[in-house]
Amino acid sequence: MYDVEKVRANFPILERRVGDKKLVYLDNAATSQKPRQVLDALSEHYTEHNANIHRGAHRLAEEATAAYEGAREKVACFLNAADARGLIFTRGTTESINLVAHAWGRKNLREGDEVVLTEAEHHSNLVPWQLAARDTGARLTFVPIRRDGTLDMEEAERLIGPKTRLVAGIHASNVLATINPVERLAELAHEAGALMLVDGAQSAPHLPVNVEELGCDFFACSGHKMLGPTGVGVLWGRPQILEEMDPFLGGGEMIREVHLDHSTWNVLPYKFEAGTMNIAQAVGLGAAVDYLSELGMENVRKHELRLGEYAYRRLSEIEGITIYGPKEGRTGLVSFALPDVHPHDISQLLDEEGIAIRSGHHCTQPLMRRLGTVATARASFYLYNTEAEVDRLVDALVRAREFFGAFA
Amino acid sequence: MMRELYTQIIMDHYRRPRNRGEIEGSDIEEHLLNPLCGDEISVYAVFDGDRVSDVKFTGRGCSISQASASMMTERLMGKSRGEAEAEVESFKAMMVGEKEFPETDDLAALKGVVQYPSRIKCATLSWTAFQNGL
Repeated sequence: MYDVEKVRANFPILERRVGDKKLVYLDNAATSQKPRQVLDALSEHYTEHNANIHRGAHRLAEEATAAYEGAREKVACFLNAADARGLIFTRGTTESINLVAHAWGRKNLREGDEVVLTEAEHHSNLVPWQLAARDTGARLTFVPIRRDGTLDMEEAERLIGPKTRLVAGIHASNVLATINPVERLAELAHEAGALMLVDGAQSAPHLPVNVEELGCDFFACSGHKMLGPTGVGVLWGRPQILEEMDPFLGGGEMIREVHLDHSTWNVLPYKFEAGTMNIAQAVGLGAAVDYLSELGMENVRKHELRLGEYAYRRLSEIEGITIYGPKEGRTGLVSFALPDVHPHDISQLLDEEGIAIRSGHHCTQPLMRRLGTVATARASFYLYNTEAEVDRLVDALVRAREFFGAFA
Repeated sequence: MMRELYTQIIMDHYRRPRNRGEIEGSDIEEHLLNPLCGDEISVYAVFDGDRVSDVKFTGRGCSISQASASMMTERLMGKSRGEAEAEVESFKAMMVGEKEFPETDDLAALKGVVQYPSRIKCATLSWTAFQNGL
């Protein structure tokens, strides 16, 4: 039995007030809150074990290295990656995708090659490919979104072909709440002799992820959206593909041998971890995946599914509301618009009631254009949110509407 | 609190924007995007000699950005280039708290926005667009 109150007790920030109102934090797609266990891991690292990793022959360096490498094992296990050598720590999803766009894209893309994306990409899985395409002469094509917010897979089958070198797409949408059939996209990519990159920023925190079953070649996610600290994320890649790639950043640790005129590269994963990494943050991410694994991602998913469905139903009751994305198969977030209150004004009025949501383009400007809008309001839920909080959201929205309506 | 931000004057301009529309063949036509939220504003102005003889705006955005644009058009109508520039500078200074809002000025209705740093850009968007066009 999933005990949400017991979960909430682990998150000190949920006790705070905004003005005289108890905080209702519904901006989890932007970043999640952190449980005591993660805060303690960070604090313990700095008070007990802080040292630079890998090359120190002293106790602290050994402890810090063990904790950092332990975190790598934990995250690899969390994503069901068979080989932790393919698990590279980065600054976050954005850096993970940029790593692939540079180290794989610049080396392998040629004029006339195609990279297939979707229309619903976060800018982090669009702009790096625009830059790579500009440098290599490759072309970007886009799998369209159907009216209900799901991917047009028939069009995907048509677009993915002999010119395709890479298919890269979001696993779950940060706006539409859709969960894309990335397994099928991976099959199509492989049939065409292309690789598959999955942007898991909005899936890894919320769904059980198994990179082997997804069949992808790269999987990227961010620690801070899954209870971990900011400053650390992950790129998982198939080791044989990573081996053949050029390095991304040059510097300390990523080398084997350095001469004045040339260098050779370290083994995986260190070849892609130049300079001093965010060590404490990686350790914190290890504690975060421990926390998630203990709860069980199946249970987290069930809780969010129930909550998301409840939110969808309650929000649907508001007259005139537009809810974006499909009716079913959603993650736990809801993007919406009210006919007479701009999303910016909605979030301002909700803030007054202690409710944190996000409004704007959510770093998906092309998707906003596709939806015929410039901004939406978005309430995104996580493992500590409750139905009572959904009720507070709905009540506050009704009041916001009345407030604006009074000026009509 | 909300009454300080969403004043009667702001809501009136939001609901019944003044000088909303495009001007064909205008001397100034500036489009600006608020990168934070994606809100768009377009400002059009026609000069008769040195004076603003017509100024209009279109766009999609929150109450603050739309009301501020509406108030701007009223403020700038008939002003010389130099006066208009001074009005924009003065308004921007008020929005960052460097200058007091005169009590009797309609623009003082936007005073509440100063307390919300994330909304200041909303209020200054149309003014910046006009200034870019000058």
